Amino acid sequence: MSCFRLENVSYRYDKSPVLQGIDLRLEPGEILGLFGHNGAGKTTSIKLILGLMQPTQGTVSVLGGHAGDPQVTQHIGYLPENVMFYPQLTGREILSHFARLKGASLRQVPELLKQVGLDDAMDARTKTYSKGMRQRLGLAQALLGKPKLLMLDEPTVGLDPVATADLYRLLRELRDEGTGIVLCSHVLPGVEPYIDRAAILTEGSLQAVGDLTALRRQANMPVTLSLDPANSISALERVIDKASTSSGLMIKTDNGRLRVDVQPREKMALLKAVMASGEVADISIHQPSLEDIYVHFIGSGGLAHRGGNQ
Amino acid sequence: MNSIWTIARKELSDSLRNRWLMAISLVFATLALGIAWFGAAASGQVGYASTPATIASLASLGIFLIPLIALLLAYDAIVGEEEGGTLLLLMTYPLSRSQLLLGKFLGHGLTLALATLIGFGVAGVAIALLVEDVAIASLAVAMFRFIASTVLLGWGFIALAYVISVRVSEKPIAAGLALAIWFFFVLIFDLMLLGTLVASEGKFSAELLPWLLMLNPTDIYRLLNIVAFDGAAQLSGVLSLGADLPIGAFGLWLGLVLWFVIPLACALLLFRNRRI
Repeated sequence: MSCFRLENVSYRYDKSPVLQGIDLRLEPGEILGLFGHNGAGKTTSIKLILGLMQPTQGTVSVLGGHAGDPQVTQHIGYLPENVMFYPQLTGREILSHFARLKGASLRQVPELLKQVGLDDAMDARTKTYSKGMRQRLGLAQALLGKPKLLMLDEPTVGLDPVATADLYRLLRELRDEGTGIVLCSHVLPGVEPYIDRAAILTEGSLQAVGDLTALRRQANMPVTLSLDPANSISALERVIDKASTSSGLMIKTDNGRLRVDVQPREKMALLKAVMASGEVADISIHQPSLEDIYVHFIGSGGLAHRGGNQ
Repeated sequence: MNSIWTIARKELSDSLRNRWLMAISLVFATLALGIAWFGAAASGQVGYASTPATIASLASLGIFLIPLIALLLAYDAIVGEEEGGTLLLLMTYPLSRSQLLLGKFLGHGLTLALATLIGFGVAGVAIALLVEDVAIASLAVAMFRFIASTVLLGWGFIALAYVISVRVSEKPIAAGLALAIWFFFVLIFDLMLLGTLVASEGKFSAELLPWLLMLNPTDIYRLLNIVAFDGAAQLSGVLSLGADLPIGAFGLWLGLVLWFVIPLACALLLFRNRRI
């Protein structure tokens, strides 16, 4: 049973398309990163999965049922962007209220508050909470009733680095127990180590989906090698010049090192030649990061979009 | 049903926490006792005048106060949750929109009913105990009728407040519209009716005119509490039209019930179509 399955889903808001022909699914025990600039359709996709809206076209099935059915939503945890709570209630009261609504055991309430590090503040009114504390309470709320599908929109906003690391560790544990997790974030380097697959949305359509290896292959972006010469830079340069068959190589010198951008399929040939020559003392290889891939798929218009991002 | 009660329970504990329940009860009790003892001051005497006169005065005051309190209690039910950012989150829970609104209604309705019961109930008991020659039975019946109709009137205005609350997207607008509703039913409506009466010089259908009173819950409420003492003589202004209504007390009760059922149904329908 998939956590969710979007098939050829389109959604129009006042006739202007927000989502177009989206095919996306999430299996249990998987963390999917959902990326795109604001207005690309991330929140709309999440709202469709939550059953808050009906697609104009296509089908949305969630946890083997229909999106929005009470039996389905009972097993979904959701942390909205900029989560807010009733300011006059305490953290414990709020979590108890939501636990009752979800049909979750009230015994979970103190446990979850402890798990997110709010055990000292659970009896303080949430109007005294900082942004990070609200975010943690939001997280505790999403974890009520042990969800099978967890959707987190910008979960790390306002969290300090330690809390962020705790959060990701927790998400990994949940994933290993079989929870399907969707993670929306703009902090790409932060989420990169934790996601199993990434989906990149632009202007309502899916630009790319897959694990990072597949996305790198699809993007076909150059790998950067950073080489320390054993003897002299010029000798190393000659070796590389001789080894490279195709054009498109970029050679730069900085601090006595060589940086070489190489196409992925030529990488091994070049490495072998360099190693055999004995002219290299050290090599480090930089794969394109999630951020590089993201910028690649968003295209040159990306900067303009990102302007409205923050 | 469980989730309806969960929502209602939160509203109830909110009104306990912010002292609304206590404040309203206190206001009601003070007013009721004040009117009971000083209501006859205009005719030159202090002390309990009579049960019908007291109830009539209370009802006249009630039509100003009850709608205002009900509207204040309920105008931000939905739009407040949305502005506070909790509506979206609530809707991702296994809770339908109807359940949310019905839960709110149960919570607000109970708050108002409890305040009315405590406030006027205390006043009724005080009158029964302190006034020497009052007929307890007729006082009890009148008080019961008064409290029940007050609760129904309050529910009507809570439901009307919801119609606003599910439609608008900003709290100040909801507050403004709630005040407009209060203004219309409590002040404008009777004036308009009176104006129509005078301007038409009796040419207006005499059968239709009394029914127009049914279009205003506050008029039904006043009729119920005054006509009950067959005191048609006490009916003044547009209310004298009520004497011609061929429906009796049962019809008036039904009218009050319809005045909260229909707006509530409208609010539920409008809420279902709201985009979140």
